[in-house]
Amino acid sequence: MVNTSQENYLEYRGRFKGLMGWLTSTDHKRIGLMYMYAIMFFFIIAALLGLLMRIEKIAPGQTIMDAQTYNGVFTIHGIIMIFIIVIPGLAAVFGNFFLPIMIGAKDVAFPKLNLLSWYIYIAGAIMGILSQFIGGGAPDTGWTFYVPYSAESGTNVMFALLAAFVLGFSSILTGLNFIVTIHRLRAPGMTWFKMPLFPWSLYATAWIQVLATPIIGITLLMVIAERTLNIGFFDPALGGDPLLFQHLFWIYSHPAVYVMILPAMGVVTEIFPTFSQKPVFGYGAIAISSLAIALVGYFVWGHHMFTTGISYWSRWFFSFLTFIVAVPSAIKVFNWISTMYGGSIDLKPPLLYAISFIFLFMIGGFTGLTLGALATNVQTHDTTFVVAHFHYIIFGGMGFAFFAGIHYWFPKIYGRMYSNRLAYIAWGILFVGFNLLYFPLFVIGIQGMPRRYFDYLPQFQTGHVISSIGAFILVAGLVVMFYNLIYYRRKGEIASANPWKGVTLEWQIPSPPPLENFEEIPVIKDKPYTFDNKEEKASTGN
Amino acid sequence: MFNGASNLAEGVDKTFVFIFIIAFIFIIGLTVFMIYTLVKYSRKKNQKAKQFRGSVKLEILWTVIPLVLVILMFYYGWVGFAPMRQVPDDAMRITAIGRMWEWEFDYGDGKLSSELVLPVNKPVRLDLVSEDVNHSLFIPAFRVKEDVVPGYDNYLWFTPYYIGDYEILCTEYCGLLHSSMVSKTKVVEEDKFEEWLANLEARGDIPDPPGLVLLKETGCLACHSDDGSRLVGPSFKGIYGMERIVVSDGEERTITIDDDYLRSSIIEPDRDLVKGYNKGLMQSYRKELNDDEIDQIIEYLSTFTPEGN
Ligand SMILES: [Cu+2]
Ligand SMILES: [Cu+2]
Repeated sequence: MVNTSQENYLEYRGRFKGLMGWLTSTDHKRIGLMYMYAIMFFFIIAALLGLLMRIEKIAPGQTIMDAQTYNGVFTIHGIIMIFIIVIPGLAAVFGNFFLPIMIGAKDVAFPKLNLLSWYIYIAGAIMGILSQFIGGGAPDTGWTFYVPYSAESGTNVMFALLAAFVLGFSSILTGLNFIVTIHRLRAPGMTWFKMPLFPWSLYATAWIQVLATPIIGITLLMVIAERTLNIGFFDPALGGDPLLFQHLFWIYSHPAVYVMILPAMGVVTEIFPTFSQKPVFGYGAIAISSLAIALVGYFVWGHHMFTTGISYWSRWFFSFLTFIVAVPSAIKVFNWISTMYGGSIDLKPPLLYAISFIFLFMIGGFTGLTLGALATNVQTHDTTFVVAHFHYIIFGGMGFAFFAGIHYWFPKIYGRMYSNRLAYIAWGILFVGFNLLYFPLFVIGIQGMPRRYFDYLPQFQTGHVISSIGAFILVAGLVVMFYNLIYYRRKGEIASANPWKGVTLEWQIPSPPPLENFEEIPVIKDKPYTFDNKEEKASTGN
Repeated sequence: MFNGASNLAEGVDKTFVFIFIIAFIFIIGLTVFMIYTLVKYSRKKNQKAKQFRGSVKLEILWTVIPLVLVILMFYYGWVGFAPMRQVPDDAMRITAIGRMWEWEFDYGDGKLSSELVLPVNKPVRLDLVSEDVNHSLFIPAFRVKEDVVPGYDNYLWFTPYYIGDYEILCTEYCGLLHSSMVSKTKVVEEDKFEEWLANLEARGDIPDPPGLVLLKETGCLACHSDDGSRLVGPSFKGIYGMERIVVSDGEERTITIDDDYLRSSIIEPDRDLVKGYNKGLMQSYRKELNDDEIDQIIEYLSTFTPEGN
């Protein structure tokens, strides 16, 4: 099946060459990589800002920056990480690159719109960065922009809001593009339930992007109107309702957590079968649970507001639904582990990252239940417990899944192989650093250490010091990992078309893929994840 | 095991323990199982993978078991939380004021304190008032936290169990000195508390007594001064217990102003009119004021004795 009659997408020269060739390309693979490079660039900035915060917190009182600077740093750290990195994140990078290939298409449904989405994304990202340097000083509201403070702060909040607003459009358009692509461009024979599970997770994600993002857009515009025209939507001084803002903000931002995590679940769902040489266990359960998470996830936003004074029964219902939405995630974990059970397991770096994903995601998930229970929420809400939980889900979950994905698809993307040895070393450093950095924050959070604190009481210092040490280790791990990937993308051994013996469509074409992916659009006959055509018919429960 | 510093601590801590035990069992159990799987089915030992695709029985099992467990966790959380919203009637009421970036506690009668001093073993309800942006009042040792939102009547309550000092923190980001918005709760013996409160200097505005509020609202003070100056009607100054010559049915007589006289003057102003003032200028306030309100006004006016004021 492998053929080289077509030029691969990296070498292809269209109307322009070099950088311009990339910037004007509507090829989904190049756009995916352009997202990845932009995301990597911003990730390095935001990670360094995180490191600066950890250095500041190594001792109580002022260490390396003053309180106003600290407030600005955690705000922009959050804005970059959330709006510029993890919301587009996996869907924009691997979704763009692999969704069309995995469903047997030559590109997404609207390639030009796809490129436009990237430019909108870049425009929004640049605005976010600019907000730090122009106007009345770096925004200091936190990425949550809570009113009335955000309506009153003298800093450059407007520009940051506008940046988030613009980034939202990029997200909506990408979601729309993916929905249409999945509906219209599946290869002949690929029914919905023959589609691989990464596309399934992207499908659930895309619906959230399209339906939830407009709400945050409007909300941000309302804050802008409040600041410029003095219209009192939220500020009680103008007759508004400050809790209305929080409702609107979380109606988007809770589902946004699933925009971040669902594609991550999709990525690891691809990795377990390949490295176990065994079909996904519970295909149907995993696909349906993605949809269930997306659906129920719309109705749990109030769990961010348990202590704001919402009514007794609101708290009751939001807490109850929060527990219900945990079940489909648990189902996925059981199915992933069962996918490995009985397999022929090759513990290569992608699988190692995917397994760490499960471990960290379990810790993040259970601490999420601690936050979702009404009694324990009272103690942990707005403490570093939330910070730790969130980073376990987003960095330990989405981040480690991203690392798993890049190690998995690297040979396909670049046609070369990274160093396995360096990949294992980087993993070890990252895993230790990660847990040292975030686990102590659970402990001091329960003891009462609030989040977004420039200064802290002396009893919390031990936890903060351990956490700061972890931050240095984590950064060291990132350096090793980035070095391994960046250096070997040109210098590594030539990779074969299917180094891991995967069975999804991306492994049936050359590495790197040719410009139009498929010489001939494949016709799908088998069930997804068929490793052995003689597979026993008796045990196909799903 | 659960000797928390307040009545609410036990419910919260039990929920923590319940969730953490289940979390621990699952995380450790599944991790060990994963490692076992990795070793047992490593490619070195196991060249050929089994090709099964799932099991409906297992799917049902691991849907139902987590569902039951999370509902139990929810239940524990709810049970621990419910008493936080049921304030006992005899709770002492203190207003906690949050402003950038300090706490102030209003004990009534203009008595303000920057620290929250409380008698031990007495329920206390804090009414949360914000003067600017969102704050959140958090006393970790008592397991209480509620946001202080401008325009909202939020509250929390608890009963402190032990004498001692406890941190009060602000946990809703409120700008530059958010992390300095801290204070202390001092829980003391009841008699020490009474003594402290008695010695606390009144710095704030002393609220008007209800009778005065009614006098202002009803507009009485437009015609009756409280400083002796003559307006349309006689002044209230020194009025209570004073002897006055009144005209009743055209006859002059001397009376001593008491509760009954004040009441009849409100209800039937022209019946016993003070000499020198004209009939028909004051209407009956029977409809505007109910009996309780009239009593409150009389109670207030009873402080206007000839000696005082
Ligand atoms: Cu949420
Ligand atoms: Cu505050």
